[in-house]
Amino acid sequence: MKINALLMDERDNVVTCVAAVDKGAPIIYQKGGQVCTLTAGDDIPYCHKAALEDLPHGAEVRKYGEMIGKTTAPIARGHWVNHENIVSVPRDYESELIH
Amino acid sequence: MHFWGYKRKEGRAGIRNHVLILPTCACGSESCRVVASQVRGAVNIVFNTGCSDVAANTEMSQRVLTGFACNPNVYGVVIIGLGCETVPHQKLREKIQAMTSKPVVSFGIQDEGGTLKTIEKAVRAARDMAAQAAMQPKELCGISELLLGIECGGSDATSGIASNPAVGELSDLLVDIGASTIMSESIEWIGAEHVVAKRAATPEIHNQIIQTCKDYEEHLKAAGQDCRAGQPTPGNKAGGLSTLDEKSLGCIRKGGTRPIVEVLAQAQRPTKYGAVVMDTAGYDISSVTSMVAGGCNAVIFTTGRGTPTGNAIVPVLKVTANAHTYQWMEDNMDVDLSPIITGEKTYQEMGRALLDIIGQVCGGKLTKAEAYGFSDVAVDHVCRFV
Repeated sequence: MKINALLMDERDNVVTCVAAVDKGAPIIYQKGGQVCTLTAGDDIPYCHKAALEDLPHGAEVRKYGEMIGKTTAPIARGHWVNHENIVSVPRDYESELIH
Repeated sequence: MHFWGYKRKEGRAGIRNHVLILPTCACGSESCRVVASQVRGAVNIVFNTGCSDVAANTEMSQRVLTGFACNPNVYGVVIIGLGCETVPHQKLREKIQAMTSKPVVSFGIQDEGGTLKTIEKAVRAARDMAAQAAMQPKELCGISELLLGIECGGSDATSGIASNPAVGELSDLLVDIGASTIMSESIEWIGAEHVVAKRAATPEIHNQIIQTCKDYEEHLKAAGQDCRAGQPTPGNKAGGLSTLDEKSLGCIRKGGTRPIVEVLAQAQRPTKYGAVVMDTAGYDISSVTSMVAGGCNAVIFTTGRGTPTGNAIVPVLKVTANAHTYQWMEDNMDVDLSPIITGEKTYQEMGRALLDIIGQVCGGKLTKAEAYGFSDVAVDHVCRFV
């Protein structure tokens, strides 16, 4: 089976599909040398993300091992993660400064 | 690593030897275009500011104009002003002459009695300057003379996954052999500023990086604006980038991993060698404008969705890891990095390949945007671009 999605960091809870994946088709990615699969719950467009686990409302979404935003609605495993259902959260710059 | 370039009395060597036809303000821009079209070896800038502006905007315009004139790819400068703008041609010329020994002449449209008389004089001046420029021999220059601007624009998810890491690898390779690179677009550090700051060479630079992002957000907030309203762009979202944070975490990969030795204000010239960063907008045209004014002699530009951007002074090399974009917009794309996405090549391998290509561009190979004569300029202002 050909890989069609990329996991950027093992801590991530989304993968990026590097080919369009139809609803019901397998999303196939590598994690630590192992091939993993899940079923697409939506049509996932090229370059877009799918959730690797059920994400409740307000959950942190992680890519590159970092938070890229929080969910604004529950997103089920295999479903499409996009700008309509996640949102950027304000930074806490003060805590990042070295005193 | 060496390249054949044009040595300058001050600062780095040029990889091109242009005569720059430079307006003081918007009113001089059209005359500059006509002059440059008449003289081989001359390039012009279209400038939309320089008059009826607040002091902070005038300062930025002046920094860009003087920076363009001092850019190492410029042999000499012909300035065309109007006469009633904020900083008239004589004053701009004197400023430039205080910064560089390269030839600079200037004309004013109101002084000369209209555009045709101005153009006639300016064409003669540009012709003579171009003749002199053509006689300057290329000399062997060390790679430390290279200051590469690193830009991304029209990003999609392939940018952060593949093309930016490949360019980051290129940046690391260049820094390791003594060249310098600038990563700009500070608004696209937001959400990843803590990752950028980890590369800081000193605690002071760490805090400058964090503070730059904080100040950017507060600057826009003071004008009642939210940086997250303009970023990511509609095209970024369609390309799979859902939040500013996601875009930023991909964007910052293009700067590589080497220690950041300096944080520059917009359009400021670096004082250190190595990996430096510059506080600019994410608006790619504005960011490239600022890096060219800061003295970059080449720019590498990653894209996902495809963009035609070019700069009159500096070659802009366009690279993409989106296979469809490369094929569909091949007339605007210089390098195909999509083998990283398909797994045929690693981003490290493509980074090494880019080093060879940058060497060719330094040696004179025209990029596509350069061959078309594209000349995009955008000067940032109070209530900044995002």
